[in-house]
Amino acid sequence: MKTESRPEHFGPPSLLGSLLRRLHIDIPLFLALLLAALLSLVILYSAGSQETDILLRQGARMGLAFGLMAVLAHINPNQFKRYSAILFGMGIFLLLAVLLMGQIGKGAQRWLDLGFFRFQPSEMIKITTPMMVAWFVADQPLPPKLGQLLIASLLILLPTLLIAVQPDLGTAILVASSGAGVLFFAGLSWRIMLSIMVILASLTPILWHFMRGYQRDRVLTFLNPEADPLGRGYHIIQSKIAIGSGGIYGKGWLNSTQSELDFLPESSTDFIFAVFAEEFGLIGCVGLLVLYLLIIARCLYIASQAQDTYSRLLASSLGFTFFVYVFVNIGMVVGVLPVVGVPLPLISYGGTSIVTLLAGFGILMSIHTHKKRL
Amino acid sequence: MSPIYSVRDNTLENRLFLERIIAAFLVIILLTIALTVRLVYLQIVGHEHYSSMAKSNSVKIVPLTPTRGIIYDTKGRVLAENTASYSLELIPEQIEDLDDTLAKLQVLLAIPNEKIEQFQKTRKRQKRFVSSSLLLNMNDEELAKFAVVRPYFPGVDIHTQMVRNYPYADLTAHVIGYVGRINEAEIKTLPISEYRGSTHIGKLGIESSYETVLHGKTGYAEIETNVQARSLNTLNEVNPEPGANLYLTLDIELQKIAYDALENFNGAVVAIDIKTGGVLTFVSRPGFDPNPFVVGISNEAYQALQSSDNQPLYNRALRGLYPPGSTFKPFVALAGLENEVINGQQKLFCPGYYQLPGVPHKYRDWRKGGHGSVNLHEAITQSCDVYFYRLAASLGIDNIYNFIKKFGFGEKTGIDLDGEKPGLLPSRDWKAKQKNRAWYPGETLITGIGQGYLQVTPLQLATATATLANHGNVVTPFLVEKMVAAHETKPGPEVHKGVIPLKADNINQIINAMVGVIHSERGTAKSIGHNIPYQIAGKTGTAQVFNIKQNAKYNEHDIDFKLRDHALFISFAPADNPMIAVAVIAENGGHGGSVAAPIAAKVIKHYLKDFHLEQP
Repeated sequence: MKTESRPEHFGPPSLLGSLLRRLHIDIPLFLALLLAALLSLVILYSAGSQETDILLRQGARMGLAFGLMAVLAHINPNQFKRYSAILFGMGIFLLLAVLLMGQIGKGAQRWLDLGFFRFQPSEMIKITTPMMVAWFVADQPLPPKLGQLLIASLLILLPTLLIAVQPDLGTAILVASSGAGVLFFAGLSWRIMLSIMVILASLTPILWHFMRGYQRDRVLTFLNPEADPLGRGYHIIQSKIAIGSGGIYGKGWLNSTQSELDFLPESSTDFIFAVFAEEFGLIGCVGLLVLYLLIIARCLYIASQAQDTYSRLLASSLGFTFFVYVFVNIGMVVGVLPVVGVPLPLISYGGTSIVTLLAGFGILMSIHTHKKRL
Repeated sequence: MSPIYSVRDNTLENRLFLERIIAAFLVIILLTIALTVRLVYLQIVGHEHYSSMAKSNSVKIVPLTPTRGIIYDTKGRVLAENTASYSLELIPEQIEDLDDTLAKLQVLLAIPNEKIEQFQKTRKRQKRFVSSSLLLNMNDEELAKFAVVRPYFPGVDIHTQMVRNYPYADLTAHVIGYVGRINEAEIKTLPISEYRGSTHIGKLGIESSYETVLHGKTGYAEIETNVQARSLNTLNEVNPEPGANLYLTLDIELQKIAYDALENFNGAVVAIDIKTGGVLTFVSRPGFDPNPFVVGISNEAYQALQSSDNQPLYNRALRGLYPPGSTFKPFVALAGLENEVINGQQKLFCPGYYQLPGVPHKYRDWRKGGHGSVNLHEAITQSCDVYFYRLAASLGIDNIYNFIKKFGFGEKTGIDLDGEKPGLLPSRDWKAKQKNRAWYPGETLITGIGQGYLQVTPLQLATATATLANHGNVVTPFLVEKMVAAHETKPGPEVHKGVIPLKADNINQIINAMVGVIHSERGTAKSIGHNIPYQIAGKTGTAQVFNIKQNAKYNEHDIDFKLRDHALFISFAPADNPMIAVAVIAENGGHGGSVAAPIAAKVIKHYLKDFHLEQP
């Protein structure tokens, strides 16, 4: 039986289109990402006090990130599979190195200084953890057996804990969910998932005991932001004011008073969604959510079309983690989740997160464009 | 046949996977709808409420930074203060021709080009009505020059800010420490509302240990602003509460005497008030000037400090680990008396070396021909090694460890300074755990004369001496005597007080022998005992930096200065009513008696001078 494995390639051939195809770029995903990147620059211009320096810097990072995506898209997914364990091991090693160096330097450390540039191992582990778990689970028939699940849980817990002690709660959540995502798509039974949730809920008091002072503050502030208007609660109160005052249609581009008056802290990084919501209103917000949904839908579609178990699990988990990113950030900014340091994917200012994200999309494109014709 | 579960059922897997994809997508849609509902609630239902809040949000909350507490010595002399520092500030919006103004200022005040560039960079990052500084830390000449022409420069002004200053610089660096700019890692863990307006935080020493007390409580002002965020007027103010002033037990005059007495030696001098545990001097030489750290030390200057052979950044008094050498002997002797292994009158013959039965190795005495027949008193005054080899051998390492541990060796003293080292008091258990080896009898011998694995800090040595002088009433050292805040005065740290049960006769024998070290004919530190109306008790020590071979002779003139022995001395006075305990370590000083003892004597004599003690 012969089937066309790339139905989206029908249509009038264009020069650019055929070039992108030859480069193993998935066009719908690429266009959606490009749109998000442009949107990011538009919002950053407003949130960053209309400073062109910031745009140039972020533009350069985006260029680098898209370049990395193109390179990864070119690599055959079998290579990712083959090197999963090695890459994961390297990631863990680097995390340990950072932890040790941090202890010597007395204080939190997430960076590894390689002289010419600074590297954050916790970013790399965001991709290598789902790779590792997918590689491990795909070895046996699905759904995974109990013993496999236990080992897989350890594989997820190890990097999560190493990052949580850095301390970087936001990234730890993303790493944990990328690994858990693989297990979910591998067919982890609903009953086990339910019992894990019950256990986690009952562990909350113990977790509370181990949290650092400022982490507890954040949770308390989340529960009652008005109690600390000068400190942590300030973020949430100001962010709600910004979003709420935006209304349905928003105040228009460059008219965000909250970020303009410096009431909104971190307005170009973690809290950029508040600026967006103030300027573009509910309509803009829904539009942005739809764009995110399109990207996620495309990821899940790619996963569903993938030809082997490893690719499937990896692709679906990357798409799922992207959603967790979106949900944790927006949930925090609108005040339904506690404040953890997770940027708004593709939009927030900052280099490391966009590079990792587009690397993940590069892998997805590689999976989709290297299929054998059946 | 392969077991049934290892057969892959592709259709089943495919179906399961598709189910999961659909389930995941449904969950994602549901959660997205939940976010949308929240947005609708904020942006439609709450729109009016939040809009009015945004308008009244023209009231901005500005933090008011508290003044940092001042640190005084025991007689009220200032050790750390806040002094005014002046900076030249420009508000671009109020300046007609910025480039012209900058050019004129550059000529007037001889400003280097880098500073102009730096200013341009920061200016571009800020709004036009916010002021940026062009020159920091202006000196009197610059201030005067600008004051004359000020009317011609609208939008240019001088701002005052408080900068931490340490008038005694090197002398107190290892006690007071310093404050420095808050770094990224610290921001993450600091209470954000308390430090909203602060730029500096204690990094080392008292400044770090007492950070919360010194910092004070941040206040805030509610300032009305217009649409461009320009401040209009202040509506409400909650004043900051200044940090508490600290009064230390340290006497800066005595500190200076001790520091100068070390002369060119690297080392440490710690003196403790035996009655209270208050630390009177806490010297680690060389020190360093902490003031550049406050404003931001240049990289070259920092590298120079770090790579200096003398290690000025190293707090020897708190963290330096040395073998105690013979200063350890009084404690071993006391262990012998308390464990009833020896009595004080019993004489032993010292031929100049000691051998364990059946072992050819000779454990040598520092005096080549030996001390002849000595009792306990003579063994301490003349510092006979052979006596202590035999005593240690009969005590055994377990008795030594169990008794001497009580004096605080091998654990932190609990002083109110961060970063203290616990040192090392070796035991059978420790060796089994750390080295995975059994304890050898020979190691007991060298422990008996304060060598081998033993490691003590100068602070520990002073503390243990104070406890000994105090007849076993444990002394815990501390630096802060009282904390004086706006509304209340609190005492310094609570000190733990324990008692080591000792027989009066035993401790008196040891103290008498230590008096003999200074006030007897053959005492190893007899040079310091003249012309004082009271008696000093002490013990000299010499700690080997490297091992000399069996038959080789140690000759201090032949070897490199850095390999010469460390000179140590512990002491307290007056012997019959102990008030001050002093421990001295002079690195590569050679002899405890000739180098370290005179340093301690200077400190003791100066301190006791004020008490007008009668001739005994």
